[in-house]
Amino acid sequence: MLSVLRTIWMTLMHTFRKRETVLYPEEKPYLPPRYRGRIVLTRDPDGAERCVACNLCSVACPVDCISVVKAEDESGRWYPETFRINFSRCIYCGYCEEACPTYAIQLTPDFEMGEFDRQNMVYEKSDLTISGVGKRPGYNFYRVAGMAVGGKDKGEAENEAAPIDVKTLLP
Amino acid sequence: MFGFSTDTLLDFAFTAFETIAILLAVVISAALLIWVERRLLGVWQDRYGPNRVGPFGILQVAADMIKIFFKEDWIPPFADKAVFVIAPAIIMFTTLMAFAVVPFTETIGVVDLNIGILFVLAMSSLGVYSVILAGWSSDNKYALLGGMRTAAQMISYEVFMGLSLLGVVLLAGSFDLRTIVESQAGMWNVIPQFPAFVIFFIAGIAEIHRAPFDLPEAEQELTAGYHTEYSGMKFGMFFVGEYLGIVLISCLTTVLFFGGWLGPILPGFVWFALKAGFFICFFVLLRAATVRPRYDQLMAFGWKILLPIALVNVAITGAVVVAMA
Repeated sequence: MLSVLRTIWMTLMHTFRKRETVLYPEEKPYLPPRYRGRIVLTRDPDGAERCVACNLCSVACPVDCISVVKAEDESGRWYPETFRINFSRCIYCGYCEEACPTYAIQLTPDFEMGEFDRQNMVYEKSDLTISGVGKRPGYNFYRVAGMAVGGKDKGEAENEAAPIDVKTLLP
Repeated sequence: MFGFSTDTLLDFAFTAFETIAILLAVVISAALLIWVERRLLGVWQDRYGPNRVGPFGILQVAADMIKIFFKEDWIPPFADKAVFVIAPAIIMFTTLMAFAVVPFTETIGVVDLNIGILFVLAMSSLGVYSVILAGWSSDNKYALLGGMRTAAQMISYEVFMGLSLLGVVLLAGSFDLRTIVESQAGMWNVIPQFPAFVIFFIAGIAEIHRAPFDLPEAEQELTAGYHTEYSGMKFGMFFVGEYLGIVLISCLTTVLFFGGWLGPILPGFVWFALKAGFFICFFVLLRAATVRPRYDQLMAFGWKILLPIALVNVAITGAVVVAMA
């Protein structure tokens, strides 16, 4: 019986506690930088797009919402001719971000993208590309990768030794 | 005119007006309780509750009403149609009838019956029919179990409710609620009749089957108990009937134990509203704080604890009244 009275008293004292509710539209909750929200395509520090149209994100995507068409510029560099994400299918799992070898595709702390028309949820490359580097400042895939591309030959990347000629015995 | 004098007609018109006014006030306050309860539960659960529709969310009631009126009013094909339809009306009817004898202020009150308390008890007994008929006519095992539990619970707690009121009747020397309020001018009944107050309040909770005694509709075990098959406004009537019950028990507690409209400075109606409002809030607090007992615990608590206390209280009060006389 006493425990019931104590419970009632404790519940009454909750009148003076702080509310847990965040009154959302007026008061935005804090979202951590790694929050998995709207997907963006980032650029490298030089301002060129990072995506190399390898299609790994598209393969990793469990709901098949990413569609990429590869193209190649005159220097031999791959880039996506179209990059399309259907956000009405996307489940924001972040597997595309994990799969991306160039840190091009990233998830951002933004979820306010509701639409009345489903077709408006399909984002094209121009909608997805941002002008910044996202969560990976200073990273440029072509400066560290060993592949020969547009004016940079093998062995010329950052922290990379010159290639070894495997057909000679000389040290 | 038809052999009535003008005075009689005026009297009749005034009583009719008063009755309708009280009816409207009671039903509207019961409907507002939907919002009050949700806000208060929010307060005690560290959240806000409905606060979007209108100032402080008070128009939530209107929104809920519009929604419930436009819902499909479905009668299951296996149900006993006539009884199924009439069951929710009974609880509204009996509870509203009980308000007829409640004296709200010195002047406001539909009728002063010299059997006021008996009338209230009779009406709340008839209310059992609503729940058991709803459970029976639904032709659903959960509804029937809920209805049976209610019948047992309400009939048991009716006993202690009646016995706890005997002390008050002995002190006032009348069954008339208005006389009972006037007899409390010196001292509220809650002081000499404290055990009776506690028993009456507990029995009142059980009578209108609110938490923690909401076994008839224990949603974890019986889905929704006796109103499992109900939808639309028929469900709404059970819902409003429950809130009417809260208002009724709060008003009765005020009248019987806390001196009704009696109080200094403020007008009588304000005192009545304040006292009744306090008990309404306490009902909500009980729902926020307490857990539902097991069915056998409920019965044992009633018959093994409340009944002896009520009987002893009646005996002592009677002895004191006889000794003082």
